[in-house]
Amino acid sequence: MRYLPKSPADREAILKAIGGRSIDDLFAPIPAEYRLNRDLKVPRQMAESEIVDWFRERSRENGDGYATFLGAGAYYHYRPVIIDSLISRGEFLTAYTPYQAEISQGTLQSIFEFQTMICELTGMEVANASMYDGSTAATEAVMMAVRLTGRRSVVVARNVHPEYREVLATYARHQGMPLTTAGYKDSGRVDLRELEESVNQNTACVLIQSPNFFGTIEDVGAVADIAHKNGAMLVVSIAEAVSLGIVEPPRQADVVAMEAQSFGVPLGFGGPYCGVIATREKYVRQMPGRLVGQTTDRNGKRGFVLTLATREQHIRREKATSNICTNQALVALMANIFMTIYGKVGLKELAKQNLAKTAYAAQQFGKHAQVLFAGTPRFNEFVVQTSEDPYAINSRTLGHKIVGGFPLKKFYPELGNAALWCCTETTTRAAIDTAVGLVAESERSVKSSVETGVEEVTR
Amino acid sequence: MKPAIRKATTHVNQNEGLIFEKSSAGKSAWRLPPLDVPEVDTSKLLGSAERKDLGHMPEVSEIEIIRHFTRLSTWNYAIDLGMYPLGSCTMKYNPRVNEVVSRLDGLANGHPYQPEKISQGALRILKTLSDCLIEITGMDAITLQPAAGAHGELTGLLLVRAHHQSKGHPRKKILIPDSAHGTNPATAATVGYAVENLKSDSRGMVDVAALAAQMNEDVAALMLTNPNTLGVFEQDIAKIADIMHAKGGLLYMDGANMNALVGKVRPGDFGVDVMHLNLHKTFSTPHGGGGPGSGPVAVKKILEPYLPTPVVITKPDGTLGFEYNRPQSVGRVRAFYGNFGMFVRALAYTLANGPDGLRQTTEDAVLNANYIRKGLEGAYDLPYSTPSMHEVVFSDKLQAKKGVKTMDIAKRLIDYGFHPYTTAFPLIVPGALMIEPTESESKEEMDLFIEAMRSIAEEVEEDPEMVLAAPHTTRVSRLDEVAAARKPVLRWKPS
Repeated sequence: MRYLPKSPADREAILKAIGGRSIDDLFAPIPAEYRLNRDLKVPRQMAESEIVDWFRERSRENGDGYATFLGAGAYYHYRPVIIDSLISRGEFLTAYTPYQAEISQGTLQSIFEFQTMICELTGMEVANASMYDGSTAATEAVMMAVRLTGRRSVVVARNVHPEYREVLATYARHQGMPLTTAGYKDSGRVDLRELEESVNQNTACVLIQSPNFFGTIEDVGAVADIAHKNGAMLVVSIAEAVSLGIVEPPRQADVVAMEAQSFGVPLGFGGPYCGVIATREKYVRQMPGRLVGQTTDRNGKRGFVLTLATREQHIRREKATSNICTNQALVALMANIFMTIYGKVGLKELAKQNLAKTAYAAQQFGKHAQVLFAGTPRFNEFVVQTSEDPYAINSRTLGHKIVGGFPLKKFYPELGNAALWCCTETTTRAAIDTAVGLVAESERSVKSSVETGVEEVTR
Repeated sequence: MKPAIRKATTHVNQNEGLIFEKSSAGKSAWRLPPLDVPEVDTSKLLGSAERKDLGHMPEVSEIEIIRHFTRLSTWNYAIDLGMYPLGSCTMKYNPRVNEVVSRLDGLANGHPYQPEKISQGALRILKTLSDCLIEITGMDAITLQPAAGAHGELTGLLLVRAHHQSKGHPRKKILIPDSAHGTNPATAATVGYAVENLKSDSRGMVDVAALAAQMNEDVAALMLTNPNTLGVFEQDIAKIADIMHAKGGLLYMDGANMNALVGKVRPGDFGVDVMHLNLHKTFSTPHGGGGPGSGPVAVKKILEPYLPTPVVITKPDGTLGFEYNRPQSVGRVRAFYGNFGMFVRALAYTLANGPDGLRQTTEDAVLNANYIRKGLEGAYDLPYSTPSMHEVVFSDKLQAKKGVKTMDIAKRLIDYGFHPYTTAFPLIVPGALMIEPTESESKEEMDLFIEAMRSIAEEVEEDPEMVLAAPHTTRVSRLDEVAAARKPVLRWKPS
């Protein structure tokens, strides 16, 4: 086996040194009746070239070469090449959690920079080293609010990512955290009146997403007022991080729970991604996850360490703020490098391109089908309502190597034949025009079949 | 006046500043292609939601970014540099082909919501890996959704709870040995269970009599790490499983130490009902400085109905798809399907090994731990003489007489060019040195490690002060963690 650095003679020598007669002696503590006396039924050992071929085949079967209009919590942005060249360095790739600070300063300083940039972008004062993803970050942020307020019930906007809400429901069920849902208005935004009616003295927090699942930007200030006047906290989830380049961050929030996948992390069929939690300094001791802090060594030199560990499971065990241990460090490093590359000016320009492509696409689609929530500011997603089932439309776009918008029927049946379309800087005008053309064709054929139908009836 | 001769403290590699300290207006590392659609008036589109300023985000050029992160990287120790014997962390070689195949276009750019018709490659990977892991663990079904070990524990206990709930009562508590990882009790609390401690016996194993006494109808499950954190296989595992099952409890296995078992014994065969795996330990996906991990949960038939949604199924036409309609499911634990990129890597590792390679790997891991044990016996105190599997735990009892603790020895080991072992864990061994070499160490590397450790033991006798002041060769000396926690500085601010 090519990964194993021992010759048969080495194994013999080691066995001799430890006074064993055979390898099986070493497994003697395992009761004999349980020992496996056969080969595992897994594929035979493959050569590296065979492994590459096998996965190339899988890659070809997996939508390779399609343009996509899918967003819905996972965004296709261009990834500058230096991200992979840097994170591929063995010193980053093959290091462990930086518990031994003296030989982990690279990881530690980069996380400190990551925390700083997340603070700058979200308008918060502290950010952690990462959570698993946006869904678990939102959930842990809500649990944090429950601890901080001593209240237990949670009001969630229905236009928060449906899968984020599912994860929250899974966690909340056994912690005595009743969830109430507030609907959305014709604007695509959360219904403030419903929110007003749902939030009360038992509410630990309100959870909204902005830009929300429909791509529209919430009036965070108005939601914050409702939460705060009832003594509840406001948790804002951000699924599309690139929006922070041009959309005002939710400064009125108490906790921001983010998915940083858009910052240079490949779509990768849904993971690994990078959740983050950011909040106010005064709440830091109830924060989950790892934190890096600045300190000095014995010679007064600046250095970085994992800090405030008394919140964490390895110290506090069942009283910890979360059970999280391994997080998403290398993915956070990708996001960190991405933020560094685009920086103060680039992030804004990048976000602007997203905005421009989306504005163009929404306008074009609007000529043939109904674009919902049209009057509300949005970032890079919009909902198109068609006469035909979007699944049927999408099966035709596939023929043009285009993946159409995300059909909303499953989560929002009341919207009928609606789909969530997303444009980023990578979306070409040509792809938009082709997709719009196919939607227009669909509308025409539905209309003409309706007309034919009417004619037939009259006849 | 002549300037005094000073040490070369301005060496660039050793004094890389923060990225913000290199920033100045007008530098850039990006360029966007020209827009192929009309420009937009952002303030008209966004109104008051428009962001005007991005604060102190950096402005630097590409070469500066390359140098910055490359310099930072050189301050890290890594498996690629040498032995990294952190106990229970399984710091094995991370094969490079894994990185290559996970970056193939169709896999790296696959959208989680793309139609199943054009997701057959990803689904095939999920299915093949699932089948392999089910066979390796001897279980009946699996979910790949959990994002890390602790997340797997959470999922596992949710399944346990759903099982008991279906019988009318979720039960109240989880039994956890005192040698367990902190994630175990933290997880139990998250799922709404009380934690009851289980004492280890003089061999470092579960005290079977104590377990029998503590087990009753209020106990939902026992969370057992096997081999446990002492690197000891729970020899009474059959009795343990029987005690649990007799009273309707379940046996949860923390698979953190699965690297000692693969291809030699299967948890499903010795009575485990539910377990998680750490793909970033046993299956070679990189630790990446603290993640991403991946924590699949394998279960016996009785727990299958409760698995998180969606699950991968084979459709009548032979293609693969996701099934969402599972009314008894505990629900989702994460958006989408889990850390897919880690599945690709873990499967590549499994294919590179095959059945013979997996078994040899386990044998080498156990061989190596025993070689380290033999080499350090005498120089360090061995609190439990029970046979070791893949890791061995010593204590600092002999060195503590000179005032030198496990952490001090660890810091001195850095000067010898090794990453330290795990310090002060498991908690049942005061001053623990927990060493897991993994299969990835050659005899030569282990000989160097043993020599270093023995040499440190001598230094403790001769010059404990020098050991207490270690490390002496690193870029920074010991850092003031107390000050860091007392007055936290968690972000850079412009001065």
